[in-house]
Amino acid sequence: MASRLKLFLPLFLFALLALFLFRGLSLDPKEMPSALIDRPLPAFSLPRLDGEGEVTQSDVVGQVSLLNVWATWCVSCRVEHPYLQQLADAGVPIIGLNYKDEDAAALDWLGELGDPYRVNIADRQGSLGLDLGVYGAPETYLLDAQGVIRYRHVGVVDERVWQGVLQPLYRELLAAGGAP
Amino acid sequence: MTRAATLCALLLLAAAPALAVIETYEFSDPQLEARYQSLSEELRCPKCQNQNIADSNAPIAQDLRRQLHRQLEEGASDEEVLDYMVARYGEFVRYRPRFGGAALALWLAPAALLLVGVVVLVSTVRRRAAGQPQQLSAQEREEVERLLRDGEEP
Repeated sequence: MASRLKLFLPLFLFALLALFLFRGLSLDPKEMPSALIDRPLPAFSLPRLDGEGEVTQSDVVGQVSLLNVWATWCVSCRVEHPYLQQLADAGVPIIGLNYKDEDAAALDWLGELGDPYRVNIADRQGSLGLDLGVYGAPETYLLDAQGVIRYRHVGVVDERVWQGVLQPLYRELLAAGGAP
Repeated sequence: MTRAATLCALLLLAAAPALAVIETYEFSDPQLEARYQSLSEELRCPKCQNQNIADSNAPIAQDLRRQLHRQLEEGASDEEVLDYMVARYGEFVRYRPRFGGAALALWLAPAALLLVGVVVLVSTVRRRAAGQPQQLSAQEREEVERLLRDGEEP
């Protein structure tokens, strides 16, 4: 009897392999969790994009908010911009991290398309981007009221991403304390 | 014909720099340069996932190379550089992940598979060695002779 079962071993192995490969079809290899989840926002001191002095991590921390990494050279950022504006209009605090960009081009962009950001950090060399583990704009980080990074989304934030992923976490953090 | 061949050879030579990464760094010590080479080949580009940062032209790979150069010039050890990168980009950036955690399966799988192979090999060889032609019992011999004589039908 045991040897009869042994005949099915290749079938079992095949089924197992097929299961793994099938699972792999629906996985996105580009989706990497940030190494900074549950860690505080790295310390920084960078100029404001509007030229009005410096901004440090303590200036942007204090409420549950989104930190959006964007640049004018980033095509997808233009795609997500109207949705960010909608979120900002609905009262979601969004901090902008203008990543490896030219200030003049970025200011033009905000003048032309609208400015959904509470404040914009001008990270011209990408130093804060490096500390955050940014590997391409757009990226959006969800910060809690203590400034701890709770989630990172790589790619465009649209209605599907917001309602499916970010909003539930955002509400949870709001409920845990930290007025909007 | 020879001219064409010479021209081809010259053009090929001219194309060689295209294979090299764009920017070059000056090192105060050739040993640092060697470490830069080996580390940039071990660090994986987060954007273009199947390349190391030495091969990639992605902006993030350029940034990481610049950072690597700076850290090495500042006297960081290999371990410090890797810790710095892993703290920001996760274990993902190392082509040679640390022993432990989720990477444990990767480290141990080859040894486990080798072990399975050895077990299978040994058991097969033993069975072959043990499987000497057996003597038929008297009853079986009678049965065989009857079958040979009368065919299948009893």
